[in-house]
Amino acid sequence: MSATVSRTEIGAELALDMYRRMTRIRLFEEQANDLYRGAKMPGLTHLYIGEEAIAVGVCSALRRDDWITSTHRGHGHCLAKGADVARMFAELLGKEAGYCRGKGGSMHIADHENGNLGANAIVGGSAGIATGAAYSAKFRGTDQVAVCFFGEGALGQGLVYEVMNMAALWQLPVIYVCENNMYNEYTHYLEATAGDILARPKAFGIETREVDGQDVRAVYSVTAELVERARNGSGPAFVLANTYRYHGHHVGDVDRAYYRSKDEETLWRDERDPLAIFGRWLEEQKLATPEDLVRIADAARAEIEAGVQFALDAPFPDPSQVTEDLYA
Amino acid sequence: MPELTFAQAVNAALAEEMRRDPTVFIIGEDVAEAGTPFKVLSGLVEEFGTSRVVDTPISEPGFTGLGVGAAMTGLRPVVDLMFGDFLTLIMDQLGNQAAKAHYMSGGKLKVPMTVRTTMGATRRSAAQHSQSLQAWVAHIPGLKVVLPSTPADAKGLWKTAIRDDNPVVVIEDKMDYTVKGEVPDDEDFTIPFGVVDVKREGEDVTVVATSSMVRVAQAAAELLEDDGISVEIVDPRTLVPLDRHGIVRSVEKTGRAIVVDEGHQSYGVTAEIAAVIADQAFWALDAPVKRLGAMDVPVPFSPTLEDVTVPTPELLAQMARALVGK
Repeated sequence: MSATVSRTEIGAELALDMYRRMTRIRLFEEQANDLYRGAKMPGLTHLYIGEEAIAVGVCSALRRDDWITSTHRGHGHCLAKGADVARMFAELLGKEAGYCRGKGGSMHIADHENGNLGANAIVGGSAGIATGAAYSAKFRGTDQVAVCFFGEGALGQGLVYEVMNMAALWQLPVIYVCENNMYNEYTHYLEATAGDILARPKAFGIETREVDGQDVRAVYSVTAELVERARNGSGPAFVLANTYRYHGHHVGDVDRAYYRSKDEETLWRDERDPLAIFGRWLEEQKLATPEDLVRIADAARAEIEAGVQFALDAPFPDPSQVTEDLYA
Repeated sequence: MPELTFAQAVNAALAEEMRRDPTVFIIGEDVAEAGTPFKVLSGLVEEFGTSRVVDTPISEPGFTGLGVGAAMTGLRPVVDLMFGDFLTLIMDQLGNQAAKAHYMSGGKLKVPMTVRTTMGATRRSAAQHSQSLQAWVAHIPGLKVVLPSTPADAKGLWKTAIRDDNPVVVIEDKMDYTVKGEVPDDEDFTIPFGVVDVKREGEDVTVVATSSMVRVAQAAAELLEDDGISVEIVDPRTLVPLDRHGIVRSVEKTGRAIVVDEGHQSYGVTAEIAAVIADQAFWALDAPVKRLGAMDVPVPFSPTLEDVTVPTPELLAQMARALVGK
């Protein structure tokens, strides 16, 4: 475990901004859940609730022109990297105003202007893309860094190891962030993962860290150090962030007793909640009062409500657009 | 015009485009000092260095994925996939990632990447180094698929492929590398995608032939000339985009059509093109559209077995004679 950063290192402004962004993700996901269950959202969706500290901690250590790639559980990463709530909701609802003009949906939000090279519905499928972006930064002589978010389920995919090998060989500025929420869909990761996870990147000579993924300060601190390292040409890194997915694998995965207990879920929600942990710290450090935190939540709620309304009111794409964007 | 081999034409196209555009680079297995097993890339690393001609581990999905990410962020990778058979290995990165990124992102992301690979049997290389898998990639919307058949076409189509803002798969027949032909040395010589080339004009039967099957068709046409049958050979040059109009135009002239491609016959390129002809040139046809592809067996090793699996001039000529009733 890495030491967490102190108040002076984070600063009041950044700390409150991180809390704001975590709150925005939490409320966004709760709203997405409601939209889906209210049959307003087509398809399927995977909620990030419980894991907010990782996306926000990592992306707070990145510049706008740094790259990320995301996963099927990607709303948190997209928002943390700067995506707009209203256009996110519009995409979730399949509207033309969405990030992908309604062609991608929940699992494929790409926001090139903010450095998001796309959420990806193939587990581990974006590892090559992130590594290629890092290759591009090095080739073009910029100091951009690429972050590849993936769940521990992707540890079963060969591609991840192929590109880690090349990233280490060529000292590419890429950080592999493994969000271990403990479940490969409906299977505990220990039933699917032999040996020590960190031994895998270490075998390539990649710098590795393990971090409490519920502690946004710890995630930020570790990432900031590794980003700096990567910018300076010292090569790739791997972060194992331990976390928990409060909801099912996807919305609709409600009968979970066969793979995990209610007690376990309650324990994480009650004692390991990233927003509660960070909120308490902000209060202890006198960076915010309880009223400040309520105000942040209220503002986020208003933003979410406006975003949803925008998305609900927005038109669906005209069927004639079906062949647009096939070729550049 | 200088005379080059097919391999030299590919090499010249890559070198010209790398000189023209500093974001173009080649990545793959043994592409640098080795110049690939077929030596097609020989000399490039000497001119452009190892930062632009990049040897990789034997990790086809990995370096293809790396190419996709590099293409999304300002570079123009040429991903070298030694054998077409290895398309099976990179299908996620090519078919799920490269092909779909532009569409899925609503036009935001672009993947100007070219995959360079091979096809073709009769090298006694057995079932995992001999396949012609162009139908696999042509089936996926978002990819462009190029099958050059002559040195000049190889050069012109390659230059267009590298300049294209989409993922393009260029498939070269390994048996063509030593074929010679005149090749324009104009650095702006490009060939647009989606335009057929009539490789031979004729009156009695149209043979639509791809890649090295153009040479098979030319040999068949010589045989048929002795029988008084005049063959028109139409080379689509690109499967995606496909010049349907150019194919139909020829069939409307001759009234008969045979489609020949070295991919397996079932569910393949010949089926798609025959369907286009049946649909769009039906009233011009004097006989059913015929197809000739590779046999639907894994490519066998033994020469006596392998040789009966691929289209030959004799088979094609026999089919044409039956079609015109001579």
